[in-house]
Amino acid sequence: MELVEAIILSVLAASTPLLIAATGELVTERSGVLNLGVEGMMIVGAACGFAGAWLTGSIFIGALFGMVAGTLMSLIFALMALGLAVNQVATGLALTIFGIGLSGLIGAGFVGERITPAAHLAIPGLTEIPLIGRVLFGEDAFVYFSIVLIIGVWWFLYRTRAGLILRACGDNHVSAHALGYPVLRIRTFAVMFGGACAGLAGAYLPLAYTPFFIPGMTAGRGWIALALVVFASWRPGRLVVGAYLFGAVTILQLHAQGWGVGIPSQFMSALPYLATVIVLVLLSRARTGGSTAPAALGTVFVPDR
Amino acid sequence: MQLVLEKRTERSNTIALVSPLVAIGLTIVTMTILFAVLGKNPLLALHAYFIAPLTDSYSLQEIAVKATPLVMIAIGLALCYIANAWNIGAEGQFLIGAVAGSWIAVKTQGTDAGVWVLPAMLVLAAAAGALYALIPAICRVRFGASEILTSLMLVYVADLFLDYLVRGPWRDPNGFNFPTTAEFDSVATVPLLIEGGRLHLGSIIALLVVAAAAILLGRTIKGFEIRVVGAAPRAARFGGFNANQLIILTFAVSGALAGLAGIIEVAGPVGHLQPGISPGYGFTAIIVAFLGRLNPLGIFIAGLFLALTFIGGEQAQIAMKIPLDVTKVFQGILLFYVLACDSFILYRFKLVFPNRQVARGTG
Repeated sequence: MELVEAIILSVLAASTPLLIAATGELVTERSGVLNLGVEGMMIVGAACGFAGAWLTGSIFIGALFGMVAGTLMSLIFALMALGLAVNQVATGLALTIFGIGLSGLIGAGFVGERITPAAHLAIPGLTEIPLIGRVLFGEDAFVYFSIVLIIGVWWFLYRTRAGLILRACGDNHVSAHALGYPVLRIRTFAVMFGGACAGLAGAYLPLAYTPFFIPGMTAGRGWIALALVVFASWRPGRLVVGAYLFGAVTILQLHAQGWGVGIPSQFMSALPYLATVIVLVLLSRARTGGSTAPAALGTVFVPDR
Repeated sequence: MQLVLEKRTERSNTIALVSPLVAIGLTIVTMTILFAVLGKNPLLALHAYFIAPLTDSYSLQEIAVKATPLVMIAIGLALCYIANAWNIGAEGQFLIGAVAGSWIAVKTQGTDAGVWVLPAMLVLAAAAGALYALIPAICRVRFGASEILTSLMLVYVADLFLDYLVRGPWRDPNGFNFPTTAEFDSVATVPLLIEGGRLHLGSIIALLVVAAAAILLGRTIKGFEIRVVGAAPRAARFGGFNANQLIILTFAVSGALAGLAGIIEVAGPVGHLQPGISPGYGFTAIIVAFLGRLNPLGIFIAGLFLALTFIGGEQAQIAMKIPLDVTKVFQGILLFYVLACDSFILYRFKLVFPNRQVARGTG
């Protein structure tokens, strides 16, 4: 019983950064922009988030630092890919390379330091319920926020006029422009939202997941978040399923290593990455009759006047 | 008043020529500011980065040694990018090539195997790199899965596989438990060009690769097909070129080159297989490919320049305690500027005055 609870708790913890980062990228991609720099924005968010929390002693301020850092990183992307019409794939890669270096530079002074990780909710009477008590009422604020975030994004995309306009930009920027919508401005906001989410997801790692910063601690989670958006067919509902599924794979391999299954640990560690490849293949294969991706995804748009 | 981008009627050849130089200039200005922020003397730091490595023979040879894998990988990547196929997993193909070639070196260790060992290692490494690159290529062509994500995921897999081998079955029994294979035999080592120096045969191979790529792209039908498929996919379809086949081909070639670079690095400067054999060559090569504007000769020059930043970075760390991560920041910024400057080949800025335009429109 306790083991089941422990596994569910650790799956939630491992899934949360994936969910937050993927939610941001989903909005970005729905506006028609492919930002491959998620990994770079996350790792800078992790370094700045830890720096903020360590300097002020506040997890909340740390999280804010992470979000601001992610947003600033995404603004570089917006300037290049939207302002200067540069190839989005190449710009995203540049952002990741730059981010990994920058995070090492920022985080160098904090390696080896520890902070008190984010507090977990405790409601007397509820948190003690066996099995579901800690899962539902004993998480840290990030976990609850990630749920609110994805519901909010679903509501925004499908139940508001602004969401409809954003999706229109992603599906046909020429028409959206012809209707008088400021395509580039809308996309810039979408990219910034994606950056803030990636920064927060990165900050989650040293603020709640492990209470310290190590260079390269995102370990490809940004790339997995990108794959999750594809997995989810750009729909928020499926994104939740995908994120928890991937969290489960991550935890499964950790537990399997702990139980001493006779498989070398490196093979188990490779599982989440292999799973990503397999899922991408199966999913792309299952889709017949056109892609579900936003039609204008990754294409350059320069408004003619 | 507003600054907007406007498409040029034709591409500007002047800007195409000066843009890499402007990008490097802007990067150096940015780095000067960064050094000042870090509290280092910018002039001394720039000297350590860009001048000092050019002043002694050892460092010059070291630049050629570092440029070798960069140029080889970047040539392959350029073929992919020209064909609009996005292989960003060259780092993984590099590692798998290193592993496959090392297999022969490890298995023949201490035996009286002849001079065939090194050639066999090179061939096997290239084949393994090509096969590893074919995984994302086939996933893309056959199933429509994004080659960007699959090729990148396989980097982590290759890294973990190498780690397993040198900590497990291939670990040197006399290596004090360090995760490394035993030092390769001399028949399994890339020969040096100058006795007692650093320069090795791999640099010659890299030069041959540059020449071969220049001929392929400039003088052959295949090269023409690759360029058309990337630049004008519709025209390519009408021309009867098979885009899928070209994706497979360019991925295989770039994987083979990355694999070859991997074994040359291991059997050359490193001398044994261990984790961390690459300081991110596969990713830096992406920058080399773009800075060299996907042109073999350009890539050759760009490879030397980025190798200089690696060596300069090491020297700056030793001499001035500047963190090694500065080199990565530098490379990222350089790629930003290169891409931004290249934008002006096709576009130009225009000032518009929205209010006046509206007034004219209605009046």
